[in-house]
Amino acid sequence: MKSDELKSGSKQLKTASEHGIQALWHFLAELSHRCPLQCPYCSNPVQLEKKTGELTTDEWKSVIDQAVDMGMHQIHLSGGEPTVRHDLEDIVEHCTVKGLYTNLITSGVLLNPDRLKKLEKLGLEHVQLSFQDTDNENADRIGGYKGGHAKKLEVAKWVREVELPLTCNCVVHRQNIDNLENFIQMALDLDAERVEIAQVQYYGWALKNRAAFIPTPEQLDHATEIVEKARIDLKGKLVIDYVIPDYYAKHPKNCMGGWGRRFLNMNPKGEVLPCHAAETIPHLKFDNVREKSLKWIWENSEAFNLYRGTDWMPDPCKSCDRKEIDWGGCRCQAMALTGDAKNTDPACSISPLHKEIFAMAAEEARRAPPEFIYRRYGVRFNSPI
Amino acid sequence: MKDILKINESVKPKFPKHVRFRHNKARDEWVILAPERLVKLDPVAVEILKLVDGKVSVGEISTDLSKKFNAPKEVIMKDVIEMLQELSDKGFIEE
Repeated sequence: MKSDELKSGSKQLKTASEHGIQALWHFLAELSHRCPLQCPYCSNPVQLEKKTGELTTDEWKSVIDQAVDMGMHQIHLSGGEPTVRHDLEDIVEHCTVKGLYTNLITSGVLLNPDRLKKLEKLGLEHVQLSFQDTDNENADRIGGYKGGHAKKLEVAKWVREVELPLTCNCVVHRQNIDNLENFIQMALDLDAERVEIAQVQYYGWALKNRAAFIPTPEQLDHATEIVEKARIDLKGKLVIDYVIPDYYAKHPKNCMGGWGRRFLNMNPKGEVLPCHAAETIPHLKFDNVREKSLKWIWENSEAFNLYRGTDWMPDPCKSCDRKEIDWGGCRCQAMALTGDAKNTDPACSISPLHKEIFAMAAEEARRAPPEFIYRRYGVRFNSPI
Repeated sequence: MKDILKINESVKPKFPKHVRFRHNKARDEWVILAPERLVKLDPVAVEILKLVDGKVSVGEISTDLSKKFNAPKEVIMKDVIEMLQELSDKGFIEE
């Protein structure tokens, strides 16, 4: 906790409009942290929210109205598992009425054909279905859910039957990366428009399990070759989005398009976050839509304004000519790996800690993978690492 | 599996189901929306895309625009094909 840093910082914090940031584009709505799967790389915070704290249907509708008035283009209905909520249909219908591009990010295992048909009728525009691997046994082991993969293949067919567009979300790591070509083939076989090949990013649960997931540099290079070839071969047929683990990148990722510039995340109890991992930064205080308007929060919330723009940056970010390209990389990763969220993201090759962390990760990748620490709903840990 | 689309005069372009060409009221701007994608458009692109409905051909779109902007059809059609091909390669336009 760095309370002195916050105090001195608050006085000079600029608001969104003072940064020239007009309105938000993307909204990640975590409807619930409940989920039947237990993926050890889950992007939810390590401390999961209970059902009793979740926002009501009317509270969600009110937030959606506010976001539309702020110029939002897209809403991603996510979780946990968004389909655990029985009012998902009401929320989708409301998004449609408001003219939002509405995307469902789901594990699929709780869906049935009737519910999908209904969601499509109510205006749902796209489904992102997660896959843990391409073979049953390993996929079910990673997701911690027996029969999950077979069910997902069925769900993908139902999605296409109601003519909903489909993206296969494939999270890859050292324990499934050898199946990369099969992932792409699976997306083609399932008639998906798009496949997302995302290497695990290491925060929260994934950081706990990093040694089990991090690929070797050789595995990564091979994977990148496969993706690049497929992108050429399948141009105009299948859109392939590819995210590498940023430990092995030269420049850090342009995380969230810059802190508080175009994206916000709302957790199940109504706290508004600049990214879905922001709760891993312990000194951030989040404002809640139960107390303040979304517009006020976007404009004034300290959690947003602390790392907006470039004024907060120390060197080497401050003097870097890429500071308005990658915005210093990821604050959560800087916090997790250096203990200070203001430091340069160690994924950046200019970070003084880059070599050390790269070497540590590469060493982990060469050893046998340890057992997973599963993300189990209801289990609480005291520390994020 | 879908085939690669080569845009020419007779193609009748349309937006795939997961792609929306939409006017954002709060911002007063037209954009293309797709999963985790947002394409900002210049005024010329907006004029072209307003005519895209899966029923009219690239040639007809170009004729319309050449009248509207009082410019030779061939010049307009070159721009129309180039823009639609780029969008098609990225999965934002199909036939």
